[in-house]
Amino acid sequence: MRLAGRVTRAVAAALALPAALLALWWILTADSESYYLPPLSEILAAVDDVWLRTDRLSVDVLPSLLRLFGGFLLAVALGVSLGVAIGSSRRLRAFCEPVLEFLRAIPPPVLVPVLMLFAGIGDTMKVLVILSGCLWPILLNTVEGVRAVDEVLVETSRCYALRGPARLWHLVIRSASPQIVTGLRQGLSIGIILMVISEMFAASNGLGFSIIQFQRTFAVTEMWTGILLLGLLGFLLATLMRVFERRVLSWYFGLRQAQRGGSR
Amino acid sequence: MSAMSQTRTAAGPRTDVLLDVRGVRKVYEGRGRSVEAVRDLTFTVARGDLVCVVGPSGAGKTTLLKCIAGLLAPTSGEVVLEGESVDGPPPGMAVVFQEYGRSLFPWMTVRKNVELPLKQKKLPKARRAELVHQALSAVGLDDVHGAYPWQLSGGMQQRVAIARAIAYEPHILLMDEPFAAVDAQTRADLEDLVRSLWQRLGVTTLFVTHDIDEAVYLGQRVLVLSSSPTVVLDDVTIDLPAQRDQLTTRSSTRFTELRGHVFEQIQRAKQRSGASVVE
Repeated sequence: MRLAGRVTRAVAAALALPAALLALWWILTADSESYYLPPLSEILAAVDDVWLRTDRLSVDVLPSLLRLFGGFLLAVALGVSLGVAIGSSRRLRAFCEPVLEFLRAIPPPVLVPVLMLFAGIGDTMKVLVILSGCLWPILLNTVEGVRAVDEVLVETSRCYALRGPARLWHLVIRSASPQIVTGLRQGLSIGIILMVISEMFAASNGLGFSIIQFQRTFAVTEMWTGILLLGLLGFLLATLMRVFERRVLSWYFGLRQAQRGGSR
Repeated sequence: MSAMSQTRTAAGPRTDVLLDVRGVRKVYEGRGRSVEAVRDLTFTVARGDLVCVVGPSGAGKTTLLKCIAGLLAPTSGEVVLEGESVDGPPPGMAVVFQEYGRSLFPWMTVRKNVELPLKQKKLPKARRAELVHQALSAVGLDDVHGAYPWQLSGGMQQRVAIARAIAYEPHILLMDEPFAAVDAQTRADLEDLVRSLWQRLGVTTLFVTHDIDEAVYLGQRVLVLSSSPTVVLDDVTIDLPAQRDQLTTRSSTRFTELRGHVFEQIQRAKQRSGASVVE
């Protein structure tokens, strides 16, 4: 009973502000005559026609998501493995650090024209753009996490002959997992932005392409539905990320609470 | 117990040396200056013995223990365990660290923490389960298998670390001031636990501490170290009865004598080091 009450209250608290903002939007635009700011009621009514009654979900949204996941997962694989290697070795770190700082400072969107030259205008280019943006937060956070592995735990692992893949997993990666997950969260939000941007340059489908297309053909209401959908997608992915984080890092939240002396 | 001490006297003194520390010296090289932490340590530990190493704070006790554990290479001299020179953590050794909170894996349950080293030893699953169960039971933690270390009190966490060490079935157990960070009551309980585990399992134990009372109460032998740069000042045989308890043992005349003797040595060591600083 108490748990159910707590959950209801948490959900209500989380939805209160979005509901209020939507209500405000609804009221303020209710009598809107502006061509660029149609009433929210019209936008919502159009969602069905634009996205659900057409094949846009499979033709535009799905390819966008696949590119996003492709780029993101590649960035995770590359970022975590490079991060573990660089974080574990002081020499490698000294060697790579200036280059990493330089590469990190380049805004990924400016890479789009360059990548187009090498990878064409297809999916490969878009996946590479997403990868080039997601990589840095994941890589740099992993490096920091690996560097911060507790010395006593390292010695304990040596004493009990923890070596090779077991050491990598049970000691290094698990210990760096709070920072790695932080990197994943930052990387994912950058990935969503780059997913849209890469589709605005040269594309024949995708969520970003659709929105730009609506904009260029003055289909303003449709454009707004696309923006709403994009926001909803970002929210959904962030929620999934949080669920993942809660699962993977439950030990970490418990540990922190115990260290703060709080009761569980 | 009497059987155990008979075995010790029956076997020849040469054959049953398990750990042989020979002229270990450790100099830390810093920027432009070097610090001699340990000057010359030579002693042996017989198989099945419980030896306490006591010394004033800053006596290089941890340095010594890390050299024995193979975590630190001595500048000169060598550590020989079971006839083999130590140049990395040897397989038959388990270590219990002072910082229990940092030596258990916080992302693993108590059971997994104890089991992990056994997996590395490639023991079959059934055997692992048996050892984990026995070890946790031996330290009085039968009902926290599924808990995480940070859900337990400090004393219980150190019990988990001890369980992990004994489940590993080591030939020698090293303990580095394991009870320095727990409260006095818990400390007394844990001391009795170490004593009873040693008696039951007969595992050779080297126990490092800065607490003279603890050293005399626990040990069959007490090695007294000088201040840094460290040498062995004295090797005291503790001829207290095998069955010890906090109340009667600690109030016995012999305990007081031994304690006084060790205390005197350490005071003298401190004065000597004070004098050498003045020089």
